[in-house]
Amino acid sequence: MSLLEIENLTAFYGDFQALFGISLAIDKGETVAAIGANGAGKSTFLRAITGLVNFRADKFLYDGETLSGRQACDIVGLGIAMVPEGRRLFPSLSVEENLIIGGYNQRSGNWNLARVYQMFPKLEQRKDISGTALSGGEQQMVAIGRALMSNPDILLCDELSLGLAPIIIKDIYDALPSIQAEGVSLLVVEQDINQALAIADRVYCFQEGRISLSGKPEELSKDQIAAAYFGK
Amino acid sequence: MTDSYNVLRSTRASRIGSIIGLVLFIVLVSFPTWGDRATMRLLVEMFYILALSQMWNLMAGYGGLVSVGQQAFVGLGGYMLFLLTIHLGVGAVWTVPLAGLIGAVVSLPVAFLVFRLRGHYFAIGTWVVAEVFLLGFAQIKTLGGGSGLSLPVSVVKSIASSRAGRDSAIYWTALFVVVAVIAIVYFLLRSRHGLALTAIRDSEEASNSLGVDNFRAKLLVYIFAAFGTTAIGALIFLTKLRISPSAAFDINWTTTVIFIVVIGGIGTIEGPILGTIIFFLLREPLADFGSWYLILLGTTAVVVMLKAPQGIWGIITHKFDLRFFPVQRRLELKKDD
Amino acid sequence: MIEWANTIIQGILTGGLYAMFAAGLAIIFGVMRLVNITHGDLIVLAAFIAMVVIETTGVNPFVSLLAVIPIMFVFGYFLQRGILNFTLGDDLLPPLLVTFGLSIVIQNLLLEIFSADSQRLKAGSFEVMSIQLTEGLSIGVFPLVIFIVALVMIIGLQQLFNRTRLGRAFRATSDDATTAQLMGINHKHIFGLAMGLALILVAIAGVLMAVRTNFDPTVGPSRLLFAFEAVIMGGLGSLWGTLIGGIILGVAQNIGAKIDPGWQILFGHIAFLIVLVFRPNGLFPRTRDD
Repeated sequence: MSLLEIENLTAFYGDFQALFGISLAIDKGETVAAIGANGAGKSTFLRAITGLVNFRADKFLYDGETLSGRQACDIVGLGIAMVPEGRRLFPSLSVEENLIIGGYNQRSGNWNLARVYQMFPKLEQRKDISGTALSGGEQQMVAIGRALMSNPDILLCDELSLGLAPIIIKDIYDALPSIQAEGVSLLVVEQDINQALAIADRVYCFQEGRISLSGKPEELSKDQIAAAYFGK
Repeated sequence: MTDSYNVLRSTRASRIGSIIGLVLFIVLVSFPTWGDRATMRLLVEMFYILALSQMWNLMAGYGGLVSVGQQAFVGLGGYMLFLLTIHLGVGAVWTVPLAGLIGAVVSLPVAFLVFRLRGHYFAIGTWVVAEVFLLGFAQIKTLGGGSGLSLPVSVVKSIASSRAGRDSAIYWTALFVVVAVIAIVYFLLRSRHGLALTAIRDSEEASNSLGVDNFRAKLLVYIFAAFGTTAIGALIFLTKLRISPSAAFDINWTTTVIFIVVIGGIGTIEGPILGTIIFFLLREPLADFGSWYLILLGTTAVVVMLKAPQGIWGIITHKFDLRFFPVQRRLELKKDD
Repeated sequence: MIEWANTIIQGILTGGLYAMFAAGLAIIFGVMRLVNITHGDLIVLAAFIAMVVIETTGVNPFVSLLAVIPIMFVFGYFLQRGILNFTLGDDLLPPLLVTFGLSIVIQNLLLEIFSADSQRLKAGSFEVMSIQLTEGLSIGVFPLVIFIVALVMIIGLQQLFNRTRLGRAFRATSDDATTAQLMGINHKHIFGLAMGLALILVAIAGVLMAVRTNFDPTVGPSRLLFAFEAVIMGGLGSLWGTLIGGIILGVAQNIGAKIDPGWQILFGHIAFLIVLVFRPNGLFPRTRDD
């Protein structure tokens, strides 16, 4: 049985329809990448899963339970955490407080401050300064650590590489295997196709609010992906 | 494709409205020659409350400036009436425009202060200024200090020798003021400045990026509202003949006006008119219930703000597409011949 | 000379009461970005609730807080969740006009129920006790107690905001309510708790005010203005700033009153306007931009 199973999801921003019938499934411990151009609906899709955007779906099951109609603040307690686009650290909170508040829901699990600092040693040295005083890469580490502090079963990552230098992106992506090793499922949204293909077990390509292609990275040709990414 | 639409600046309702308006205007102008005194006094009160409402609505509904301290200018106008007539011998009716000018001048340093307060705090800042006016005027002994003063008989007689003559003179002044206020607001909103204001109201950030100078537009609105409100203040105390600091700078001037505008429909010219009519219709039967009337108005305003922020007029335009004062430009597709 | 020292000490102690008014307003603005025009009327409401509690049970005003605090907390929580949460957003008008409307409603309800008569809560001989410092210079025990309560209140609030789970949730929600939801924080509930907390401060301030001075249903707006002036003078978002702002206001008012009783309130307003001209962001502005 899939951990997350979604069938025919549609979402609107006011009168504007952003998603048209998305179907997607993620297994326990699996890493899935959602790629696509800007405005293809990837972020909206993540926001729908986390309850920040209203949606309709024929089926929206998480661990066998339906998630439709749940409030955003209840989702994380069920084991779905998100690293939001643009990091979105809390400026009034120090680095450490940003991490602590990630565990606000007090869900039990293996993640704690010590483990996060072990994964990102840089953060421990800077734990008392404001989160927004960090470099972009360090902020991204805090955002990932903050999401892990909720001890999620599935981690949604929205544009981890956005606005970061390639060397920093490598640092960030190097941390993902140790998260995968904990049995956490990953749903990674990326514009950077190569990065996504490198870590994903399966890939979905979004185009104008629909899924234009899906499959295992090794089974998809470059031309197929280009067509699905840019349209014809 | 290029010529397939018309820019409309009038509506059928506005054309019918102007005919009704003309008839109404003739009725109102001639009223003192055939109407009774009590109704005339009630109309005068409606005129100045409506004029105040239009001024407040211009600031809040179009300029996004929520002031709860406009009583500062009402009271200032009242005191200018007494100062100018008693000490400078100005004719009573002429104090109305003169007070307006003084109000506009005074509003400059006031704006210098309150414009430092952003957003919500602007509102309370204006209230502090009104309190300063109240406490300050209470200290001026030549204007009666804390207990106030009455307009001397000689000044009252100078308006007109008979009581009926005075009532008519004040009535026509009030009618002129309210018509002028509505006309000026109407033409101001149809002008380029009006477009700038509407842009600010709809989105402050977007209008900034389009090069609309928010600060200047807001300042102009503030000064103009001060001009109008102070002139109306002089008019109000011309009808009362007596002034005291607590009556002049009463927060109720602003409270009433806010309730009228919110319930009638903020950001439209019709809304305050409707709100004023509702206010006076309800006030007559409810006058005996004292504070219950204010409780009812306050509750209604809260409910309107939460459930129908465009007010009663907003509900009407939404349902029937009625606009008597079309300040916006509308596009209509041309039918192919 | 000694008279002026007396005036200034009285002013500082009065500032403690104003800081209490201001702290509630500052929390409401700090967490919800809401300027609560009803604030002064809620202070008066708390005083009248205390009066009813005292009249029905015969307890001392300070004991009445055991009832007034929970009542005001619950009232605040439901006021926020039932009404004020629906006014929050990018538009400035709804929160201002709704709290303004509520202010008029509360004021007039109090007038209908309790009449316009001036009231005072009696705390016995404690009210008039004083400590002699030197010849001609003494301070009232009760004003001193009020000041100490204000200090304790501010220290307590700082600890709450800086060190507790709830405090972190307040700050996070204030920064970014959407992202806070991703942390499992129910922002509507947090806003309700923040208003409840603010009204706990209002309850304490209201009862202490009612023992110290006369009150009636119409004095709310002037308490709002004092609170507002203390907040702005102190610099938005700084709790210690509200104490400094309250003290400046208290001292200015006492100096004014000493010159001429009619100038008491006017001097306070003028001090505020002077600070506004020279330090528009207050004396202790928050450094970060939000």
